Amino acid sequence: MLSALGQSSLRIVSEAGDLARFTVRGFYSAVGSRRLGRRLARSVYEQGVRCVPVILIVGLFTGLVLGLQAYHTLNRFGSSALLGPLVALTLIRELAPVLAALMLVGQAGSALTAELGIQRNSEQIDALETMGIDPFGFLVAPRLLAALIVFPIMTAFFALVGLIGGWLSACILLPLAGNVYWASIDNAVKGADVSECLVKALVFGALTIALCCHNGFNAHRRTGATGARAVSASTTRAVVFSSIGVLAADYLITSLLV
Amino acid sequence: MSETATAPLLATRSLVKRFGSQVVLADVTLEVPRGRVLAIIGKSGTGKSVLLKCLAGVLPHDGGEVLFEGRPLGANAPEASGAESLAAFRRRCSYLFQGNALLDSLTAWENVALPLEQATLLPKAEIRLRVSEALHRLELETDATRYPSQMSGGMQKRLALARALVTRPEIVLFDEPTAGLDPLRRNAVFALIAHAQREFGFTAVVVTHDLPEALASCDHLALLDQGRIRFSGTPAEFAATPDPVVASFRDSPAALARDIAALRAGAALPADLG
Repeated sequence: MLSALGQSSLRIVSEAGDLARFTVRGFYSAVGSRRLGRRLARSVYEQGVRCVPVILIVGLFTGLVLGLQAYHTLNRFGSSALLGPLVALTLIRELAPVLAALMLVGQAGSALTAELGIQRNSEQIDALETMGIDPFGFLVAPRLLAALIVFPIMTAFFALVGLIGGWLSACILLPLAGNVYWASIDNAVKGADVSECLVKALVFGALTIALCCHNGFNAHRRTGATGARAVSASTTRAVVFSSIGVLAADYLITSLLV
Repeated sequence: MSETATAPLLATRSLVKRFGSQVVLADVTLEVPRGRVLAIIGKSGTGKSVLLKCLAGVLPHDGGEVLFEGRPLGANAPEASGAESLAAFRRRCSYLFQGNALLDSLTAWENVALPLEQATLLPKAEIRLRVSEALHRLELETDATRYPSQMSGGMQKRLALARALVTRPEIVLFDEPTAGLDPLRRNAVFALIAHAQREFGFTAVVVTHDLPEALASCDHLALLDQGRIRFSGTPAEFAATPDPVVASFRDSPAALARDIAALRAGAALPADLG
């Protein structure tokens, strides 16, 4: 049992090291990569623009539920005036970065893992190498850079729509005064809260998209599965590990910044 | 004359490639003469494509050497770094994959332009000219805006060929360039390779199962059998050698006719279907 535990630990450390090297090489290969702008724009579109509907819908419902729950809970203690700060700080410091990252992993991350896995299986990545084109610069760098642009913007969208959801819930559907809601948010939210949100969005973006790229790019190394099943296994693994990674990184960042 | 000028353009020395415990290439020593077309033939699963990928540096080999102009390539390179020698080789080499390996998110035009845009410093006007020429030569000029998924298998093969030749390489590695093509297209592809080879003077290595076409269009043949080069020589030498393995390949059409006649007469299936 100790041996199995040791082997698992070594494998985890080895994979973490491999992921770190992959990520550094991915970012570094952006230097000198030709026509990067066009591929970056495509990645921003795929990770960002195409994910706007799901971010808006999930953000709105998160705000609605948060407003509803918080109103009834705070009302019991006669503190419903604190609803605005509660909704805003919960969204900005926790829910917006975490839930937006999970949504982006589910939609964009899984798609890019599958795309890279298929490109690996159909020898498109080998073809790039034989043409003297660095596959990291061509395929990985634009996706990693796009994540650094898209995740903060999507997180901001999520938080904004969530705040509107909270207002709809508490001030339109329930009797809280709208001016109290917005004024209390304005007083409660500080620059440090927004910074924490931004740091989380950047870390989650780099972490999850690196994990997704790594899994797709190395789909051929999967043991126990080949071809389409290797792509499927890589996609599942990318989504599961990214989700776990987001929550673990969230705890670490919160404990450092709180 | 310098060693580089007299050495074969590409060669392997005691090349070994394993996948786990399975030895695919046991001891492959092969020379690719400069400016000639070499066909590598052999049974399915004998490692012809693996050999080609080792030559191109797509697959790392486990033993022996790949030599480019007499100098070790990739991991075996003594001077500079292995990556640099491989990069220099790739600037002068093209590879046509068995499954074409076209980038499915790019149009036909973008696929052909890709190696020029990404791996050369040619001006845009020159790139446009070369891509137009390559598409015209392969009769694809009207399909420039189509994606590979919107093309037939034959068109995809021609597109891959256009991409392989657009950089005007010194050496082209063809991995079963006629797989999945009808006999007319097959002949056309071999004729095209021979024509392009004469026009541009590149050195070609063609992995193929099409023996008659290979004999008609290639200068040299090498037969890979059980991880080793069993025969290497000209088509005339191939026709004359008494080697039984070569003879089984050479006489395969006659053997097929005999097997069919025997099956019709009630005999059992031949044992070797591998």
